[in-house]
Amino acid sequence: MILFRFFSNLLKDDRGGQAVLLILFLMTILVPVLNLWVPADHPLHMPTYLVTLMGKYLTYALLAVSVDLVWGYLGILSLGHGAFFALGGYAMGMYLMRQIGDRGVYGNPDLPDFMVFLNWKELPWFWQGFDMSWFAFMMVALAPGLLAFVFGWLAFRSRVTGVYLSIITQALTYALMLAFFRNEMGFGGNNGLTDFKEILGFNLQADSTRIGLFIASAIALAVGYLACRYIVLSKLGRIVVAIRDEESRARFLGYKVERYKVWIFTFSAILAGIAGALYVPQVGIINPGEFSPLNSIELVIWVAIGGRATLYGAVVGAILVNYAKTVFTGAMPDSWLFALGALFVLVTLYLPQGLAGIMRHFRKAEAS
Amino acid sequence: MITSSVFAEETPSGNRVPSVVTKSVSDNEQSLEETSLHPKLSLLEKAEILLKEKSFKKKKQAVELLIEAGDKAGNNSSDSIARKWLENLLSGHLYQHRKDKTLVFVVDGKISNAISNALIENAQKKDFKKITTNNALRKQLRSAIARLDLSSPDAETRLHAVNNMLDDITPENAALFKNLANQEKNKNVKKAMQLGIALAALNQGSKEDKIKAIKEVAGSLHPSVRNRLALLADNEDKAIANAAGSALQKIESRIKMFGHAETLFFGISLGSVLVLAAIGLAITFGVMGVINMAHGELIMLGAYTTYLVQQLMPNAIDYSLFVAIPAAFMVSGLMGVLIERTVIRHLYGRPLETLLATFGISLILQQLVRTGVSPQNVPVSNPSWMSGSLEINSVLSLTLNRMYIVLFCLMVFFALYFLLRKSALGLQVRAVSQNRQMARAMGVRSARVDAMTFGLGSGVAGVAGVALSQLTNVGPNLGQNYIIDSFMVVVFGGVGNLWGTLIAGLSLGVINKVMEPWAGAVLAKILVLVFIILFIQKRPRGLFPQKGRAAGD
Repeated sequence: MILFRFFSNLLKDDRGGQAVLLILFLMTILVPVLNLWVPADHPLHMPTYLVTLMGKYLTYALLAVSVDLVWGYLGILSLGHGAFFALGGYAMGMYLMRQIGDRGVYGNPDLPDFMVFLNWKELPWFWQGFDMSWFAFMMVALAPGLLAFVFGWLAFRSRVTGVYLSIITQALTYALMLAFFRNEMGFGGNNGLTDFKEILGFNLQADSTRIGLFIASAIALAVGYLACRYIVLSKLGRIVVAIRDEESRARFLGYKVERYKVWIFTFSAILAGIAGALYVPQVGIINPGEFSPLNSIELVIWVAIGGRATLYGAVVGAILVNYAKTVFTGAMPDSWLFALGALFVLVTLYLPQGLAGIMRHFRKAEAS
Repeated sequence: MITSSVFAEETPSGNRVPSVVTKSVSDNEQSLEETSLHPKLSLLEKAEILLKEKSFKKKKQAVELLIEAGDKAGNNSSDSIARKWLENLLSGHLYQHRKDKTLVFVVDGKISNAISNALIENAQKKDFKKITTNNALRKQLRSAIARLDLSSPDAETRLHAVNNMLDDITPENAALFKNLANQEKNKNVKKAMQLGIALAALNQGSKEDKIKAIKEVAGSLHPSVRNRLALLADNEDKAIANAAGSALQKIESRIKMFGHAETLFFGISLGSVLVLAAIGLAITFGVMGVINMAHGELIMLGAYTTYLVQQLMPNAIDYSLFVAIPAAFMVSGLMGVLIERTVIRHLYGRPLETLLATFGISLILQQLVRTGVSPQNVPVSNPSWMSGSLEINSVLSLTLNRMYIVLFCLMVFFALYFLLRKSALGLQVRAVSQNRQMARAMGVRSARVDAMTFGLGSGVAGVAGVALSQLTNVGPNLGQNYIIDSFMVVVFGGVGNLWGTLIAGLSLGVINKVMEPWAGAVLAKILVLVFIILFIQKRPRGLFPQKGRAAGD
């Protein structure tokens, strides 16, 4: 009962959030039923690839929520959130690589295939421990969190703000991309990590595992959403918004602006890392391309389209843009970049509040 | 068939050829048996007769005669018949007719008369017999050609010849150098000859001679000097060994120094590329405060303009760049004005939104090129005057295209600098960037100035694209590769400061190249990025922050 009160308080004024969570809840019930128990030849049957695709969208949505938290509420336009996503993904990928064991092409029980190929004799120190799931899952949060903490601590303490911060976050993800492309780094270089077999003992190719991952993504999104919502509604959230709107004044009022920024930034990076960790087993590969600055900047537009500073807008934007991307790249691959580019221009020019802004506009019109 | 007139022209001795030789050579067959040469025959004729002999000894004599003939030919020795024969004999292109014994050149299946150089139509290769050579003869031929080159009027050719002979110096060559060195006017050639004499002295000669020679060659960078000294460093005689050792050390340290000079040059040329890519951004971002993520694509448009210009004038590639530079400036500049008028104008004061919108534009421009031209890289050719290199010495040579890039970068920089400092437009640009309201009150049409400034920055990006098209692959992704680097350079140098951009770009280039040998290219780049990220923490406004009113906020 207390729990219910708690949640209903969180979502009281958030009709978009209510809708998002309701749909999410319905999907976690419907999708397994339609995929597992409706026979394959039935018109209502949901093919597994669609489950995986939707699971992928959900991880993107979580990523978008994490960006919205720092951009929409804290006013930091991070062009490097893809890096945290990819780091979480790599942590998960390393765990999955170790789970392959001696079933790789070279059959080496300790070393992943690419290390055998590179003639490495033993596992590098930073791969130690990734055969244990608890350690790997901890690293999923720890690796991006630590990077964000160190980076944020350095950047916010010296008051790097605005455009400068955006540019150096972009440089950060670019540097990481170059680094992960190197074979010597020990993360599979160009090819990245792939050929995964199982997670926590479940076969990754099995429909039931796919459903499990989908449900996990849905839960992660719901929990992430509620956590962000909690932060935003708390006293902390009001300070955060104050920092966004008038940083100097917040500082003069005695708030340690840097600390708030670092912690929100770190929390957001951890969310992004978790999204990446759920993304990797569903798509079956992680490679340095995930670090590319283009990815990071693209996910900013998801948030912009959905409407920044509305968490549900980020979810809607991520899913809509990615759905459009799937459709466009399938039907007219050439036109996708035109469409995406036009979206960037038109949304910033004519839709600064995103889709959520339109909704708000209509609701206001209704009320009056 | 041989006619007297050819000989008469080619023998500088003025030895008028007797009418006998107007007959075909086959008539002389009898006399060839004993190879007793008629004293009145010219050197060439004698050589020709000897060449056709089977005996290599006779051929050797022929070569000696040819050298003499070539020497006498003097000034135009490089295209004298004697020289041509020597060269073709060496390369195995000299043949004689199986029946009438005419000498011909057979090159790529084309047969031409060895004297008149006239092409012989309808000739079959099988009718001709190759004039064979052996190892000793080829060695003789090589030094013979080099010796002929020594008397060339062209100092470059002479220097080249001397350097070739240095590789394997013989006492005879050294003696030859001794004779020639006194008359030699060119300083470099003379130096090389003296080096040859000293090298020969290193081989034989007394202990004193050797030590003296070692002192003379110390500091020379010619590879044969190093080899010879390395041998001498193990000499039994302590004095010689020591002298050779220290000379060798001196040479090594010079080589190291030139190695550093080369790294510095590479660094500066890389830095120039960075400066070129960033300098347009220094205007749009630095002066106007507009984050133009499409800057890289404006560079790309410049590179594609170069490609199109070259497609339009395929026969004049050498001049194409001079057309491409203004064309690229116009294309990218107009595109910049278009972007400013349609998009950026509405977003002033909202830098993050500008960033997103211009990023969208960059995607559109990329895809435009992909669908409009080709998704693959397009070939852009280098004009001939850009290829080749400037050889300072045997260990340091600077490639010309890098040199031109450095020069071009400086030209663009100073042109822009003076435009901003000295012209009316520059004054207005600075006025608007410092205080828009006040500038407008003074009658500056700020909207027009904005468009012009943005167009200028974009146009410069296009010009940078022309330069980049000469260095890297031209493809739709060209711009993406430079956008982050460009921003780094501008931010590192200090926003709103052209000098800062220049110094930042050059120093980043040098840092990158200095680290490359021990870190590798990719790691060096990563380290530079990390360095800049950390640097910005320390000095958020870059190397040379703007001070006072211009700084704004």
